Amino acid sequence: MNDMRKVERDLKVNDAKITARNVDVRYGETHAIKDVSIDIPDRTVTSFIGPSGCGKSTFLRCLNRMNDTIDICRVTGKITIDGKDINERSVDPVQLRAQVGMVFQKPNPFPKSIYDNIAYGPRIHGLARSKTDMDEIVERALRRGAIWNEVKDRLHAPGTGLSGGQQQRLCIARAIATEPEVLLMDEPCSALDPIATAQVEELIDELRQDYSVVIVTHSMQQAARVSQKTAFFHLGDLVEFGETEKIFTNPSDPRTESYITGRIG
Amino acid sequence: MTTLAFLLLIVATIFGYFLNRIAARSIWNRGERLHSLTSYHGLFSALMVLVPVLTIMLFWLALEGRILDSLTMSGLPDGVLDGQGTGGLQLILAEIKSVSRGQIFGTPEDWKIAAADRYIALTRTSNMLMLIVVAVLSVAIIAFARSRVRVDFRARQGVERIVSGLMIFCSVVAIFTTLGIIFSLTFETYRFFEKVPVWDFLFGVNWEPQIPIRADQIAAEGAFGWLPVILGTIVITVVALVVAVPVGLFSAIYLNEFAPPKVRLVIKPVLELLAGVPTVVYGFFAILVVAPAIRSFGQSIGLDVAPNTALAAGGVMGIMLIPFISSFADDALSAVPQALRDGALGLGATRGEMMTTVLFPAALPGIVGGVLLAVSRAIGETMIVVMAAGLIARMTINPLESVTTVTVQIVTLLIGDTAFDNPKTLAAFALGMMLFLVTLIINIFALRIVRKYREAYD
Amino acid sequence: MTDITNAPGPRSPHRTTELIAGTLKRRHAKEARLKWIGLGAIGIAFTMLFILIASLVSSGWQAFAQTHISVAVYIDPQEVPAENLPRGGFDDVLAAAMAQMLPDADTDDRATMRSLNGILSNGAQFSLRDQVVANPDLIGQTVTIKVPVSDPFDQLNKGLIDRDTIEQNRRVTDREIAWFDTLKDQGAISKPFNWALFTNADSRFPELAGLKGALVGSFWVLSICFIISFPLGIGSAIYLEEFAPKNKLSDFIEVNINNLAAVPSVVFGLLALAVFIGWFGMPRSAPIVGGLTLALMTMPTIIIATRAALKAVPPSIREAALGVGASKQQVVFHHVLPLAMPGILTGTIIGLAQALGETAPLLLIGMNAFITSAASSPFDSATALPTQIFIWADSPERGFVSRTSAAILVLLGFLMLMNAVAIYLRQKFQRKW
Repeated sequence: MNDMRKVERDLKVNDAKITARNVDVRYGETHAIKDVSIDIPDRTVTSFIGPSGCGKSTFLRCLNRMNDTIDICRVTGKITIDGKDINERSVDPVQLRAQVGMVFQKPNPFPKSIYDNIAYGPRIHGLARSKTDMDEIVERALRRGAIWNEVKDRLHAPGTGLSGGQQQRLCIARAIATEPEVLLMDEPCSALDPIATAQVEELIDELRQDYSVVIVTHSMQQAARVSQKTAFFHLGDLVEFGETEKIFTNPSDPRTESYITGRIG
Repeated sequence: MTTLAFLLLIVATIFGYFLNRIAARSIWNRGERLHSLTSYHGLFSALMVLVPVLTIMLFWLALEGRILDSLTMSGLPDGVLDGQGTGGLQLILAEIKSVSRGQIFGTPEDWKIAAADRYIALTRTSNMLMLIVVAVLSVAIIAFARSRVRVDFRARQGVERIVSGLMIFCSVVAIFTTLGIIFSLTFETYRFFEKVPVWDFLFGVNWEPQIPIRADQIAAEGAFGWLPVILGTIVITVVALVVAVPVGLFSAIYLNEFAPPKVRLVIKPVLELLAGVPTVVYGFFAILVVAPAIRSFGQSIGLDVAPNTALAAGGVMGIMLIPFISSFADDALSAVPQALRDGALGLGATRGEMMTTVLFPAALPGIVGGVLLAVSRAIGETMIVVMAAGLIARMTINPLESVTTVTVQIVTLLIGDTAFDNPKTLAAFALGMMLFLVTLIINIFALRIVRKYREAYD
Repeated sequence: MTDITNAPGPRSPHRTTELIAGTLKRRHAKEARLKWIGLGAIGIAFTMLFILIASLVSSGWQAFAQTHISVAVYIDPQEVPAENLPRGGFDDVLAAAMAQMLPDADTDDRATMRSLNGILSNGAQFSLRDQVVANPDLIGQTVTIKVPVSDPFDQLNKGLIDRDTIEQNRRVTDREIAWFDTLKDQGAISKPFNWALFTNADSRFPELAGLKGALVGSFWVLSICFIISFPLGIGSAIYLEEFAPKNKLSDFIEVNINNLAAVPSVVFGLLALAVFIGWFGMPRSAPIVGGLTLALMTMPTIIIATRAALKAVPPSIREAALGVGASKQQVVFHHVLPLAMPGILTGTIIGLAQALGETAPLLLIGMNAFITSAASSPFDSATALPTQIFIWADSPERGFVSRTSAAILVLLGFLMLMNAVAIYLRQKFQRKW
């Protein structure tokens, strides 16, 4: 008990939302993440950058235990959110994923109406007590997803009929609808055109006020634009983690420097 | 004789091949540059001989019997065939043929023996003619092909054109099969409707395809209303689907989402085993195990159950369809993109919720297509119902009674000797026509749904 | 982007977590229920398969052994005169031999003698006759022959007749049971492996009925089916996959083939009856017609499998061959087709396995005739394995139930073998491009 209290106090000091200690991930024989430790602060955008295949997405998927759904994947080490170990037996991944929302690389609206897409999470989790309650949740999520004005007149049209950028904002709104504390985004703009990307980036910046946002991106410009903290991954190692400005202007590790100057990638 | 003709053809083919090849070789040996490889010159000759001559031979053999029969019959003395129906004529022909083979039962009339002799002579002439045609054609073609061997002859193009033609022919066989089905069914059905009004067939509620043996028999008129037959088919199909759809669907759901990979590796082949069992085996299973079991169970709760209930036949058909539906549903569920699964799980759905609220609705068109194909299978399934369902057509939807199906009637009407001129035989073709049309419509519809669905996620 | 400013802030995450926690138990229970229903469904399918196999094995395994009896027969020259051997009284000779083994039997009573003879299979006198005709020196001598017993006694010996039922309801009388037990005590009864099941053709008597006719018939049917459907299927698949222009016609052919694969088999039977037998005048009940019919049915399967196999060959191989100046046909026949062959063969074997089990079309062309000799050519009347099963399943004699199951086991054995070969081919030549 004493130890627990000590950890909590440390967290308060660091203001860290998520703490990872000595995390290793293996896919069968492949060692995808090697001994990664990191503290991700609350109400901040943290970006993971690195060459493709460096493990940044894999690490992101550890944070809401999406790797559980892959049979050959083994995760070891300790990850806590608000001081609570998420890999503990008592933690239900279902509950965890409601608390830690996720947005994927390709917009993946369900083949349902816009309304039903947003209502999906609240509905399965039983968050709405009535129809009006649900309407309210849907509207709030769509507003926060910065897409309300575009879809408010066609809430019952299929979500798959929207444009790519709209679909991605719909997916963000869908993730917000379950009132998460953390939002994980796995290359959310890689399938979008520049205009849609700008809109989503603007949205991410807004979301920082209420959430801890972690975004994986292959674009260094994007990381520089939207994030306050940046972590550089290389071949499964966390090479460097710090203020975004410092990483991009004055990296301390030669590998980071090589990457941002374009020599490895 | 026929064998001899075939042998001759094979020899001619091989001879032509080597003749041209050697000829081409000698040109090449003179130091000239041939357009095509020597083997193509050989192949050109071989194919030029084989394809047309074999075609002629096959046509000859296919038509020979017909022509010989009619020649034999038309050569009979006047008057002996008077008053004979088709059946009688066939019997006489069969007797003449068996006499010609030396199988003499009793004492046939002299004119039959004479006819048999003529039949033998005609057969011999025909065989001889065919042999001569094969020989002459082969020689002529070989000579022609040999004359084409020149430095600049494009033997490869020639061979490739022939091969292309053969491949196109192969593709067209499928069309011819469909056309054959449509024409033969339409033709016989048309003849049926000459004897029985269309209206009576389509809307009649009595199916009693008895045909009088003598014209003066009582109850001479058979009844050919197909409604009770199709109703029985529907009853059995519904029973089969009630068994197969839930079991198949839930199996697929388990296999797709819950089964550990190793368990899946075991279950899938075992289900395929169930799909590989021939239907005649299911039919025997129905009469050996299922029907007695249903009957004794019915009796134990005080129900009078017929020995060949729709329940037994339909139930066993359902078992047959389980793997069909489960593999279709499994494929449809697997075709739903991983992104949708991730989306649902990422929002905190349990696997069960993901299945029921996202995967299943997304896969529904594919599943419906599969179920429709299963319906068409059930309607067209023959052996199980022939063995386990009844023969009497009844207007009932009670699965505990014995009902009959379209396929059962087709088989029972055509089993044994058939003459093509009585309504009983022709009725089978009319039923076959309906069966073909119904299943065709369902299949086209189902295949379209399945294809659309696949395109949606590709 | 303007609407974000007036968007209300999130609700307390703490309350959400609590709300969700409250639902978890119910939701996981629901998930478990779905899983168990699925497992139950698979359980049902497996149980059915188990009952199917178990009932076939339990009723069929006995037919793989046949009760035989060894009888020492004195070939009485008075009953069997050398000058008229084929019409000799072989049944009387056999009855006398039986009476000798059963001293309590009254040899003067015709009824007794008839039932003594009834212990032996009906075929016993013919096999004795054949032996004597082949070797007339046997007349006046005693020969020991080993012949099958008739069906009721075979059933009795296999324990399939309950000795405790009342005599009238049983197919063997108390006296006959006593005789049989005496014979058994004398060691005259044996139960060797039933080779006759494979070496005899069909018969009205279950103890003599075998599958030779059906096996030979199926062999012819399958051979013809293969010879026709394999080249046609491959030719058509190659054309459609590699050469056909993408136009209305090839679309039509494609739709046509897919639909043909789903046409009920009985319709193919009607086609064969009307066209092959009705118009071309081909012989009824002949394997040639059966083979042609099944070839038309198997062709779509082969075409679909072949096209899939051709599609799996990567374009890079075609490009490589085209790049060195091969013609399009050379590319296909030298490179693509050999690479696709394992897949094609697998599909073909699976198609042939389906054809082997196909029954309905064969019924319509009369391959369910009662034929007591094996066909020597594909133009002779014959049965096939599945139609033989149908005939036997329809026969009222008790002995045929077990024979039917045994025939099914033989058929399933062949199917397993073919599928095993197909799986082996697939595993062995499976290639990752």
